Amino acid sequence: MTDSSSMQATIQEIITTLKNKPGALLPILHGVQNALGYVPAESVPTIAKALNLSRAEVHGVISFYHYFRDNKPGKHTIHLCRAESCQSMGGKQLENHVKTRLGIDFHETTADGKFTLEPVYCLGNCACSPAMQIDEEIYGRVTANSFDSAINETEELA
Amino acid sequence: MSITIYVPCDSSAISLGADRVAVAITKEAEKRSIDIQLIRNGSRGMFWLEPLVEVVTDEGRLAYGPVQVSDVVSLFDANFIKGGSHPLFLGLTEELEYLKKQQRLTFARIGKTDPVSLEDYVNNDGYRGLRNALNLPQTDIVKAVTDSGLRGRGGAAFPTGIKWNTVLNTPSEQKYIICNADEGDSGTFSDRMVMEGDPFVLIEGMTIAGLAVDATQGYIYLRVEYPHAHKALDTAIEKAYEAGYLGNDILGSGKVFHLEVRLGAGAYICGEETSLMESLEGKRGLVRFKPPLPAISGLFGKPTVVNNVISLASVPIILDKGGDYYRDFGMGRSRGTLPLQLAGNIKHTGLVELAFGLTLRELLYDFGGGSASGRPIKAVQVGGPLGAYLPESQFDTPLDYEAFAAIWAVLGHGGVVAFDDTVDMAEMARYSMEFCAIESCGKCTPCRIGSTRGYEVMDEIIAGRELGKNIPLLRDLCNTLLNGSLCALGGMTPYPVLSALNHFPEDFGIDDKANAA
Repeated sequence: MTDSSSMQATIQEIITTLKNKPGALLPILHGVQNALGYVPAESVPTIAKALNLSRAEVHGVISFYHYFRDNKPGKHTIHLCRAESCQSMGGKQLENHVKTRLGIDFHETTADGKFTLEPVYCLGNCACSPAMQIDEEIYGRVTANSFDSAINETEELA
Repeated sequence: MSITIYVPCDSSAISLGADRVAVAITKEAEKRSIDIQLIRNGSRGMFWLEPLVEVVTDEGRLAYGPVQVSDVVSLFDANFIKGGSHPLFLGLTEELEYLKKQQRLTFARIGKTDPVSLEDYVNNDGYRGLRNALNLPQTDIVKAVTDSGLRGRGGAAFPTGIKWNTVLNTPSEQKYIICNADEGDSGTFSDRMVMEGDPFVLIEGMTIAGLAVDATQGYIYLRVEYPHAHKALDTAIEKAYEAGYLGNDILGSGKVFHLEVRLGAGAYICGEETSLMESLEGKRGLVRFKPPLPAISGLFGKPTVVNNVISLASVPIILDKGGDYYRDFGMGRSRGTLPLQLAGNIKHTGLVELAFGLTLRELLYDFGGGSASGRPIKAVQVGGPLGAYLPESQFDTPLDYEAFAAIWAVLGHGGVVAFDDTVDMAEMARYSMEFCAIESCGKCTPCRIGSTRGYEVMDEIIAGRELGKNIPLLRDLCNTLLNGSLCALGGMTPYPVLSALNHFPEDFGIDDKANAA
């Protein structure tokens, strides 16, 4: 099976499982992004047809939500908190360090495809600011040093 | 005999290494052939002590913290499993001042139990509220909630009982209960702690709500940023179904209630109830016009109760101990307790559940111990990103909905974020406008365009250009947002912006307060 046909098969399977839920679009988009890491443009017509929506409506929903992405992310996604609590504990300086260390800005992926950097507005870890998430792993009281070691550890795991 | 050791599974504890500590303790015990039972509990909410390890002894539960992996060997060497002395020894957990001074009603079990053990839940007063509710007529359930004086803990502080009563009295073949678990405000984490630390209390609260208003389907709209809460809720829901606390015949009563978790997707606006319902329906989270109220025409056009996590999690104790019991806590029209969240630049960050009425200063200094950096606290933002910044001169305000409204501030969801004197309040005002621009749903013009114009004006002000023109322009813009926006996002962004300007004019390049006003 080619990559593209296996992708369509995955998408179809997710749609079949979820399409009868009331308000199925978000669960389907989550399913697709969980499986593929993003919601590819090729999935839009298939999803639209299954839910009896227009492609524009599906695209509109994908683009409305910050979490859904239409391009492939790096191997690991870093969500760095920009909200007030983290700012009060040096979040801005950490943000500068992270961007310099990775050599990218928010919404970008490193050239080696390892890390994608996204801003997040609160991880609910405000008692341990500044906070970040690498994939589903959460980190608190992050410093420049602890960021570097977290990145190194994540790279080793990869 | 097996020794019971608790290591929290709360996200914040995990973010400080609790998972690794749990593994290290298990391994070290194996190595020393010590029989232990390691339980992952919720957090007690004292985050400067996390990971907080507790050991069950004859004296009670003894605490050690903050424990790192590198401390584990020395803890065993010190015989901590028998309460041996160690530099990290804190004494009896329940006797710790921070915890002892609190009035924990909603958080009564959190930190004590295994969050996903139904047995623990039931053995610690769980499901008593539901059992009572099953024997009451619907009007009496609603009356208990009304009598308790419980007001929406999400921030709007609308009386919960009145909302339920409207749904009860709106006939429909289908009604819904929605739990708003889109806790997006910076400085807040009490919803997360409940969902991770005591998910059954939320499930029970929603089930009671369903019985009260005749709703057979519930949805927990959970933010995607909370993967640990998601797992805990899914596990607890599955167990509740298995044990007959959810489903088509709740505890043999013939009553029906189904519950499902739905994930958001990183849109702050979906914490607004009508936007949340659009999102649940599978659409862009555009805010709806009100009326109609969700209680009359909500999810899929049906009567819907939308309540915050803490509101719903406070219902079981109200139905267990009665509306009067809950109402006897608090002051004025703010009844019961509020789980406050101390965050940001604070030495002792954490969860403080208390009756309304404590002053902000007592919270910041008596509980919080002042700033983490050791510098003076300059400003405190209460109530999330749409809450006002309070200067030191307002720290004596009691934590009460009306007292905060009187000083043009909001208590909101009880999040408190402290900043030391290194903060530049003009930058914070700019950030508020930028945040509004990023998160605006785009439906109404003041919020969609005003927020972008807002941070552009702030850029001019920060650069010191034409203050005589730009400050009045900023005020005018805030006035438009305040009065012309469809929902609280645009309507309340002026709170942080104008409070920063009014209380800290020097940061905006204005010398005296008279000119700022």
